[in-house]
Amino acid sequence: MEYVANKDIIAKRIARIFKTGDVVNLGIGLPTLVGNYVPEDVTLILQSENGMLGLGPAPMKGEENWDLTNAGSAPVTVRPGGCFFDSAMSFGIIRGGHVDYTVLGVLEVDQEGNLANYKIPGKMVPGMGGAMDLTAGSRVVIAATLHFEPSGASRLKRRCTLPLTAVREVNLVVTDLGLFEVMGDRFFLREYFEPYTPEWIKERTQAEIVIPNDCRPVSFEKVFPRTGE
Amino acid sequence: MVKKPVISAAEAAAKVREGDSLMVGGFLACGSPHTVIQALMGAGTSGLTLICNDSGSHDFKSGKITGVGHMVAKKQFKKMICSHIGLNQETQRQMNAGETTVDLVPQGTLAERVRAGGVGLGGILTPTGLGTEVEQGKQVITVGDRLFLLELPLKADVAIIKAKKADRAGNLVYAATARNFNPLMAMAASLVIAEVEEIVEVGDIDPNEVHTPSIFVDVLVKAERLEW
Repeated sequence: MEYVANKDIIAKRIARIFKTGDVVNLGIGLPTLVGNYVPEDVTLILQSENGMLGLGPAPMKGEENWDLTNAGSAPVTVRPGGCFFDSAMSFGIIRGGHVDYTVLGVLEVDQEGNLANYKIPGKMVPGMGGAMDLTAGSRVVIAATLHFEPSGASRLKRRCTLPLTAVREVNLVVTDLGLFEVMGDRFFLREYFEPYTPEWIKERTQAEIVIPNDCRPVSFEKVFPRTGE
Repeated sequence: MVKKPVISAAEAAAKVREGDSLMVGGFLACGSPHTVIQALMGAGTSGLTLICNDSGSHDFKSGKITGVGHMVAKKQFKKMICSHIGLNQETQRQMNAGETTVDLVPQGTLAERVRAGGVGLGGILTPTGLGTEVEQGKQVITVGDRLFLLELPLKADVAIIKAKKADRAGNLVYAATARNFNPLMAMAASLVIAEVEEIVEVGDIDPNEVHTPSIFVDVLVKAERLEW
């Protein structure tokens, strides 16, 4: 079986986790794609850590308001009922446990629920931005990542080697191969994304993976048809 | 109400002295005081300590620089206290070359440290950063059955902030997500310079709509540059 990296599958699967009314923070990059696949009958309240609730889609070209951006400084819109606030309130919402889900990208994630994404010593030091507060404060932390690094190494580790952003905070990891739950210092494969099989995934993953009896296959062609997207 | 002086950006920049600590409002240049940043760049004041959410952006490939990144490019900071420097390659270069030091602070912690500096708190207790490099050298305090890091207040000699509108008394109203760190920094510096797009008479802003009370603001500068 040939592996083809697929970020859209990750975004599509995560988008189906939420229910109407959930307060969700989507990180910059891959997690932002999740917003494109939320089902029409589900209304989320998106939180943006630079100071808003009710984050809406990008504006039409020519209608950008440069006082209204997301945490990646791209122009956005605000949905009816949304509001703005300062950074202390924003992180009060985050740290105070008022965000249901945070979705963020990773460099490494391990079976203890540790996550690294802010620093590669000696190489690249982007900084943690809001990620440490988001992982410490959100009810459910979802790591969204391609399963493999460009080198082919699995990003799901037994133990992270990079400086940690979050210690034992990750609940779910969604890759382009499957959905994993962190429990008891191991990854439980809850869903595998066809055509990959649990055995194929386990063989190529550095971390310890448990395949429970109720682990189920998911086909994005069948379960998430293209219509309505 | 006492009216606040409205001064030029150059006059504002001249109030910042070599070696000062400088808070700069904005989030990746959204809500940053671009007019005063440009004047400070012109003044060339150096040896400054920057306290800002990020260090703006600077892309070596395209040469594009935004926000406080213009002052980074002129090497005006000996130290930067930020939550994110990922979009500024020049900050990373200066840090790796030992030309400046960078203290990375989690964004929510940075916001609360600035707020603590402004509102008379001796520090804050936060779970953010426990077990990470952020914990190093800090006191861990147990409250009940939970652990917290003691994070200390931040103050500055000068804060340069940006608002949408001010009245002559210095009451401020911010726009959308351009609010971010601005109201917090307004409370935490000895001298607060507010750059604003519109200045109205005292009484022309509904007291219900004031975001930053006038007493925090020392001088006003009319914004001439809204994006940079």
